[in-house]
Amino acid sequence: MNWITNYVRPKLNSMLGRRDMPENLWIKCPETGEMIFHKELEENLWVIPTSGYHMKMPVKERLKRFFDGGRYDLLPAPKVPQDPLKFRDVKRYTDRLKESRAKTGLEDSIVNATGEIDGVPVVVTAHDFSFMGGSLGMAAGEAIIDGFMKAIELKRPLILFAASGGARMQEGILSLMQLPRTTVAVEMLKEAGLPYIVVLTNPTTGGVSASYAMLGDIQIAEPGAVIGFAGKRVIEQTIREKLPEGFQTAEYLRDHGMVDMVVPRRELKGTIARLLRMLTGMPSLDQAAEDTIEETEDAPAEMPADAEKADV
Amino acid sequence: MYNYLDFEKPVADLEGKILELKTLMDSGESVDVGDEITRLEARSQEALRDVYKALTPWQKAQVARHPDRPHCKDYVEALFTEFTPLAGDRNFAEDHAIIGGLARFNGRAVCVIGQEKGADTQSRLKHNFGMARPEGYRKAVRLMDMAERFGLPVITLVDTAGAYPGIGAEERGQAEAIARSTEKCLNLTVPVISLVIGEGGSGGAIAIATANRVYMLEHSIYSVISPEGAASILWHDSTRAKDAATGMKITAQDLLELKIIDGIVPEHVGGAHRNAARVIEAAGDQIGKALDDLSADGLDLRKQRREKFLAIGRSL
Repeated sequence: MNWITNYVRPKLNSMLGRRDMPENLWIKCPETGEMIFHKELEENLWVIPTSGYHMKMPVKERLKRFFDGGRYDLLPAPKVPQDPLKFRDVKRYTDRLKESRAKTGLEDSIVNATGEIDGVPVVVTAHDFSFMGGSLGMAAGEAIIDGFMKAIELKRPLILFAASGGARMQEGILSLMQLPRTTVAVEMLKEAGLPYIVVLTNPTTGGVSASYAMLGDIQIAEPGAVIGFAGKRVIEQTIREKLPEGFQTAEYLRDHGMVDMVVPRRELKGTIARLLRMLTGMPSLDQAAEDTIEETEDAPAEMPADAEKADV
Repeated sequence: MYNYLDFEKPVADLEGKILELKTLMDSGESVDVGDEITRLEARSQEALRDVYKALTPWQKAQVARHPDRPHCKDYVEALFTEFTPLAGDRNFAEDHAIIGGLARFNGRAVCVIGQEKGADTQSRLKHNFGMARPEGYRKAVRLMDMAERFGLPVITLVDTAGAYPGIGAEERGQAEAIARSTEKCLNLTVPVISLVIGEGGSGGAIAIATANRVYMLEHSIYSVISPEGAASILWHDSTRAKDAATGMKITAQDLLELKIIDGIVPEHVGGAHRNAARVIEAAGDQIGKALDDLSADGLDLRKQRREKFLAIGRSL
């Protein structure tokens, strides 16, 4: 191996009493291998500027950048039984939970927030993939139900950011039961006449894709996101064939009619706000802005709505 | 002759001996082995009882998957009359992994839907080993819609290792098809009764098992992922399936304790495959009782079903 990196640098570092540079200051593009400074990546919404690769985004960053002025209120995390099965694989499940909580500062993989996007009041329910792969267990299921109930109570649309490997195996059958449980919440929101927008981010698979994450009124996917039911390895082992290029990506799903659109992260907020304004009978943002100007500048003669349409 | 499972070896040995003696007797040898046979039969029954009294979760998984275990079709044949299968999802294909149609249960018209694994190589291939593609779930949704319109109760028989993991299945929206089927179950205003007769494999099972009443056969399993799958992901070692089966709580007894199912249908000593008729009859009794119980108004049935699922896990 390289003598300079393996010998000289550690030696120098130890002489200078300096630790190795924390690895996460420079982030590598998984597609091109290009290194990018974390500040630059964060400014660009965790999208690699040159390749357009959408990195996974910590949930709090997601919320801060999505809501108007970075302002939002978090809903408290629900209390659920911890480790009801007393599960242990190579590690105790309770230890895994502790580690994930320390690492992420989150109670579990789902966070609910209320706030506005482009002036539209909404509830956002978001997965954090860094918490045990965004997996769906009792805590996440209960939090999702809470998010939907909050949206119904406040009469607001709900936006889901999905990022999950699927059900949390350490909770066994109780995790599977979150599929119908969360679906009940989706149905109640729909019956309340409120829009449900799903944003599928990388990755959304397994039990999460097979329940609430596929039941949106509008299904949006982030570019390149892996979305599917079964894992690639399982499919390859079952059919003993190589999978087609781009299999289970956002674009592949769009081409097969499974999502409405693939929207780059920086356009998500504008797109969702525009759709929600149409679904909820609000004026368009342009119209709203014009109305504000009209109010302040003593309205000029209004153009008839039909004339505008005739132009198109 | 049965297909013996590993842990049935003591029984297999005894039954082997009995068979030998019977052949000897039939061949006209003058030795009197009648008493010996009776003695061995008693011992073999005892051995069978001992083995099945203390099945581990992993052993139950093997019983649940036993090739001779009665399958969906056996139940449909024995418990229903005038069964009229209905085919196709009206979009793409007919999926033989899920069979369904109209039938009469104790004379009452119902809609029956279930996963069929097949009983020999040819039928297993035809039914894709009970692993449905999106078309199967969309057919189920279509049938449930019809049941709803005509006020027919829906009875589902669950027996699948899981939804089929294939290229076409993914392209045609396996995840969405499962989600829609679960959604449909939750929205029905007719009684929905599910019985897990073998394997309840994850999303592929819940898609048709979101019912007012959910029952499991004594040696059936119901799990978020197969024990082998969990072992290979969590332990990075598929030989730890035994530990995964125990840890994940997959047996009917575990699920009853966790208040996820409403009851257990007893199996004859030695499992459903040793006395299919009796187990199927017991299953029929359970379904009949559940149907009698579910006499509430349609909207109440839906409300009760939703509340039942929302309550799961809240009082553990």
